[in-house]
Amino acid sequence: MSNALLPLKINAHLERPGFRLQARLELPPRGVTVFFGPSGSGKTTLLRVIAGLERWPEVEVSIHGEAWQTPDYFRPVHQRSLGFVFQEASLFAHLTARQNLVFALRRAHTGPALCDWQQVVTLLGLEDLLDRRPDQLSGGERQRVAIARALLVNPRILLMDEPLASLDEARKQEILPYLERLKQAVDRPILYVSHSPTEVARLADHLVFLDNGQIKASGPIEPLLSDLNLPIRLGEDAGAVLPGQITGRDAQWHLAHISLQGASLWVKDQGADVGTAVRLRILARDVSLALTPADDSSILNILEATVQGWKVDAHPALTLVQLQLGAHSILTRVSTQSASRLGLTVGQRVWAQIKSVAIL
Amino acid sequence: MPFSDADLQAIWLTLKLAATVTALLLIFGTPIAWWLAYSRSHWRRVVHAVVALPLILPPSVLGFYLLLALGPKGPIGALTQGLGLGTLPFTFAGLVVASLLYSLPFVVQPIHNALLTLGPRPAEAAATLHAGPWDTFWHVILPLARPGFLTAAVLGFAHTVGEFGVVLMIGGNIPGVTQVISVQIYQHVEALDYTRAHALSLTMIVFSFVVLLALYSLNRTTDAPTRMGER
Repeated sequence: MSNALLPLKINAHLERPGFRLQARLELPPRGVTVFFGPSGSGKTTLLRVIAGLERWPEVEVSIHGEAWQTPDYFRPVHQRSLGFVFQEASLFAHLTARQNLVFALRRAHTGPALCDWQQVVTLLGLEDLLDRRPDQLSGGERQRVAIARALLVNPRILLMDEPLASLDEARKQEILPYLERLKQAVDRPILYVSHSPTEVARLADHLVFLDNGQIKASGPIEPLLSDLNLPIRLGEDAGAVLPGQITGRDAQWHLAHISLQGASLWVKDQGADVGTAVRLRILARDVSLALTPADDSSILNILEATVQGWKVDAHPALTLVQLQLGAHSILTRVSTQSASRLGLTVGQRVWAQIKSVAIL
Repeated sequence: MPFSDADLQAIWLTLKLAATVTALLLIFGTPIAWWLAYSRSHWRRVVHAVVALPLILPPSVLGFYLLLALGPKGPIGALTQGLGLGTLPFTFAGLVVASLLYSLPFVVQPIHNALLTLGPRPAEAAATLHAGPWDTFWHVILPLARPGFLTAAVLGFAHTVGEFGVVLMIGGNIPGVTQVISVQIYQHVEALDYTRAHALSLTMIVFSFVVLLALYSLNRTTDAPTRMGER
């Protein structure tokens, strides 16, 4: 498909009493884009507008160069090549799980198949669920069937509206791995609405940050999360998300070696195979700075880094410092007094002492 | 033989009338119920009230105005005459038209309620699964709202069978044309022929009871799938 890699373009201006949404977006045609923001920020509305489930006059949507909505054209939802996963599973209650999937398969969009029946069933672990009715499935199972159903309609783009929001924490943990597998297996762009920092850290390649109906930031997740000037806090603290790969293990000390671009570190070995791609999360509060490499420290990962910039944090006693680590950026939070004592300058060589690294 | 030939004719006529009216009401009432359930128009409440009007109007009021409207000097009567169809009062077609209006709320309300209970989500989900409006109606809405449609059909049918006031106003009492069961019973009572009145009346009671019993049994077995399966 020659136009398969054209970006997704969205222009939307919505106004209703007490709510205003203004969005001008150009999104990458592959990978997972997460619309992230507090509730009421307009992220679900934006997704529904893209799908055509809400119709507003001042909206333009173009998917892979195909106009879905212009000021004088509106393509009905059922003629858009999309898959949609709703917040609460919207399975048809009169059909079994299998019949729900067949419903989508019979109406699948033409074009190269995204995946076949067996792949979908395996990917989402549905083998034992197929002959049950929706009311015989748990919330998490229903949502897995709903995701499978959206895949089987062979859409060019997959839209997911907080698919985990109506589930309890245990069910969320049950589904997240499926979503990560889905992301690897599916070669179509996914637009994913969420207000959960965990989901962003684990799934997002690209992040759109919405607040109060406005786009505050949009870009690849890595630079966005380590940007000093953005107010994005995933959860309790600022921190970087870095892609890496397991490249070795130390059996004696139960450690896994993880290579980043131009840097590497050791983490607790959790049994993943060598060669596995992983995502690391390094929180600003877990990193400290030193001018010399300490050889008398208990800290495992002490890496050479370069100061890229800094900014006094919300509380003036603290300063957020951006460090370059190989080809990556990470953040560290130090006391403003320490920052002054160390006499930081841009380009200065320092040692980042990383106390804790989370594998997502 | 408890039924005279006229009685049998009245029964047959009543069933024919009720079946015709029910079929037509399902065809016309469904889009009205759909529009009432999903439209955001300000006219929704007005239309809802108009549809519900026959519920509370005395049938004679409805019959009276229909008689005028359909009659030779009424607007609809002028139209039907212009089309070469003659006038509708005191014909079977006239009875059908009158019954359509009279039984309309009994068909629209259950469908409307069933659609409201379903909410917009099943239709939305179907649209995102590449299903067009007709496809969605036949394969998603109709099966999910089946008890509502069943209730609508049964109530529409039973209510048409039981009407009296409107029939008398618009149809009169012409054997084989407009003489339905309720009018026939009235006639027997007037003639003090209580045996025949009993026969027809008891038949009506048994019929109504069986119909309602069947409806409730059917709706019970199809109850579970009407819910969306989740809260």
